[in-house]
Amino acid sequence: MMTMAQRLSEFPRRNLYILLALGGVLTLTVAALVVGTDFLTSPATAGAALVLAVPILLAGLGGLYSERAGVVNIGLEGMMIAGTWFAAWGSWQFGPWYGVLLGAAGGAAFGLLHALATVTFNVDHIVSGVAINILGLGAMRFLSSITYNSETGGSVVQSPPVEGIGEFSVPFLAGGEFFGRQTSDILGWLDEQNWFFISDLAGILGGFLGDVNWLILLGLALVPFTAWLLWRTAWGLRLRSCGEDPWAAESLGVSVLRMKYFAVVISGALAGLGGAFLVLVQAGIYREGMTAGRGFIGLGTLIFGNWLPAGVLGGAFVFGFGDSLRFSGPDVVRAFILAIAIALIIVAIYSVTRQSTRRAIISGSIGAGVLVFYMLVDDVPGQLLTATPYLITLLVLAAASQRLRMPAADGARYVKGEAH
Amino acid sequence: MRGGKFLTSVVAPVIALAISFLIASVVLRLVDIDPLTAYQEMWTFGTTTESLISMVNRAVPLFVSALAVGIGFKMGLFNIGVEGAYLLAALVAAYIGALYSIPAVLHVLSILLIAMVVGAAWNGIAGWLKVKRGVHEVISTIMLNFIAFSLSAYLFLNYFQEDTGGLIVATALIPETGWLPSFNPVLGWFGIEPRVGSELHGFLLIAIVLGVLYHYLVNRSRFGYDLRASGINAPAARASGVNPKRMIMTTMLISGGIAGLVGMSTLLGFSHRYVQDFPTGLGFTGIAVALLGRNNPVGMAFGALLFGFLDRSSLILDLKDVPREIVTIFQGVVVLAVVIVYEVISRLVQRQTVAAAAKATVEETEAVAS
Repeated sequence: MMTMAQRLSEFPRRNLYILLALGGVLTLTVAALVVGTDFLTSPATAGAALVLAVPILLAGLGGLYSERAGVVNIGLEGMMIAGTWFAAWGSWQFGPWYGVLLGAAGGAAFGLLHALATVTFNVDHIVSGVAINILGLGAMRFLSSITYNSETGGSVVQSPPVEGIGEFSVPFLAGGEFFGRQTSDILGWLDEQNWFFISDLAGILGGFLGDVNWLILLGLALVPFTAWLLWRTAWGLRLRSCGEDPWAAESLGVSVLRMKYFAVVISGALAGLGGAFLVLVQAGIYREGMTAGRGFIGLGTLIFGNWLPAGVLGGAFVFGFGDSLRFSGPDVVRAFILAIAIALIIVAIYSVTRQSTRRAIISGSIGAGVLVFYMLVDDVPGQLLTATPYLITLLVLAAASQRLRMPAADGARYVKGEAH
Repeated sequence: MRGGKFLTSVVAPVIALAISFLIASVVLRLVDIDPLTAYQEMWTFGTTTESLISMVNRAVPLFVSALAVGIGFKMGLFNIGVEGAYLLAALVAAYIGALYSIPAVLHVLSILLIAMVVGAAWNGIAGWLKVKRGVHEVISTIMLNFIAFSLSAYLFLNYFQEDTGGLIVATALIPETGWLPSFNPVLGWFGIEPRVGSELHGFLLIAIVLGVLYHYLVNRSRFGYDLRASGINAPAARASGVNPKRMIMTTMLISGGIAGLVGMSTLLGFSHRYVQDFPTGLGFTGIAVALLGRNNPVGMAFGALLFGFLDRSSLILDLKDVPREIVTIFQGVVVLAVVIVYEVISRLVQRQTVAAAAKATVEETEAVAS
């Protein structure tokens, strides 16, 4: 007879992800039912989580290209900052789509700088990244002082309001227009029926498909595209070979330096796009410090997503959801805490069946602790809620770090012709 | 090689500074400002007695912050978490320090100790996560920073804040026994009489002591030897009996302890309470200063003074219609430039050393053959 673990491991990987996602929704539904709120699985929460997840996703994908080619990119934050500034400036001067382009270009420019320092001059990748972050912040502040500062509504720390990117709803499923005609809103109807689980699932899907932004679509489309590009093309194989063993790649005729340059510039462009998203979809304005460490969180999703596109996507959603709690009522937060407790206890029970006593005790006791916290606390203060995404990163990394495998030559110093 | 060391430790920063001046000048030219006039204004304003005092006051926390970062760098450990550690430490130390009053020296020392313990504990989390769970310290310290911001805001606004009658949002005032005296009397001995309100903070002396201790710890102690060995060649250090896990944990704790002191110059010498606009960003700028000074205490002191000078002297630019944010560009460029120039020069030096050795070998072989 097969154990649960064996069955799970023989389960196709892709289906496992879907199963996990469904399990997550089920947990959230149960938690929401106990607390008595349906907001947790409502389209509004899902939509907000999506909007918050995409910039992190873009930063994470940016990190993926760079680190798959062997360049650690902690400068993502600085590149994202450049993206926010240039996106606002582009939209302000020429229109929102130019903002998208310029945001990506601004990030790419800083990516080029990072490539110059790390690939050409062999500066330690983390040192260069830290310097890029400092320079990014300083340069954008200077640019603001000579552009936005003299405008109405603008100052040295923010731009005037700029035009954002438009939205649309998917026809038939979420009530969008189809050739100018209003269509049915099937998911919205299902959500209103209050059927256990089905309505909740419809609510979340409806949130994802209704009032979708073009940039959101672009960000999500980049996940399968990246997976295809890096794992199904010769170009992608060459890029990844630079991250695993640049010396072997060199001996096989791969132009390692050029691949690394490509990768880091793409990385900067994607981080810049993430910054553009913050300006053109979320805020409608550039504000200094608006990235709030999302470049770093993107790096976090990359790590616990095990340097894989789907992993980055999953990580970005966890953050997006955690981050969206800031905007929800206390009930939603309590339901979320309960969901975490349930998930941890499920992990504990699963660990018992696998005879992993240690993990069972650890996750069980944390789960119990969270449960006690849930029973005692009525309202979690906002200042602590803002820490949620960072806390999640730390906890997930602490739990999963040892099972992750980064590209073998990630961060390695490579000089052409020094093969050994 | 003696000349090589001179090249990398003195020439590299000078070239980097020249490059940064050049880039800043080009940027100013692009926005139709004469860079020389701007520099002249900065120099004239920046070298008044009051400006110099302000420069040192600004440099001291940056120097301490750079020491905290530098000791980690020495073994290839990147503590990005100085920022969160010092803010949390300053808040807790300010709160506890205001609760009691004991004789002056003891009071000050106890506050410093509290700050060090908080800083060490906070950065120790990152050390623990690295040693026990394999989490890279860069990511964990960055996350800990954000958590520290939230946590300190929460503690401050909900528990530590004192009712000041709505004037300012702050913790209770620390009794005078917990104040550090100003350094102005010492300046008086040299015939320098700064204007009223311009005070050299007394923490300067402690910072200098810290710098000397740092030098002895890193360059003259067994621990420092192990530290540097782990940084240069970790497997070799390990083979010679250095316990890498213990090194990581100890270094992180020391780094955090120093980080806890970053806010003390302001707290004990100036504000005497934790205020809502307590200076932020010192931890991040400290990384820049450590990179600039190449983790060498004298180098970092110069770097901190340079940043202090730039920050202070740029104040005049606003009055002259020059965007003073030009110094933020300068600071960013100089850090990137110094790491690149250092890398290029050390590669040149290495190449020369190899070439010289090769030549010597050839000559020797020929001498033997003939």
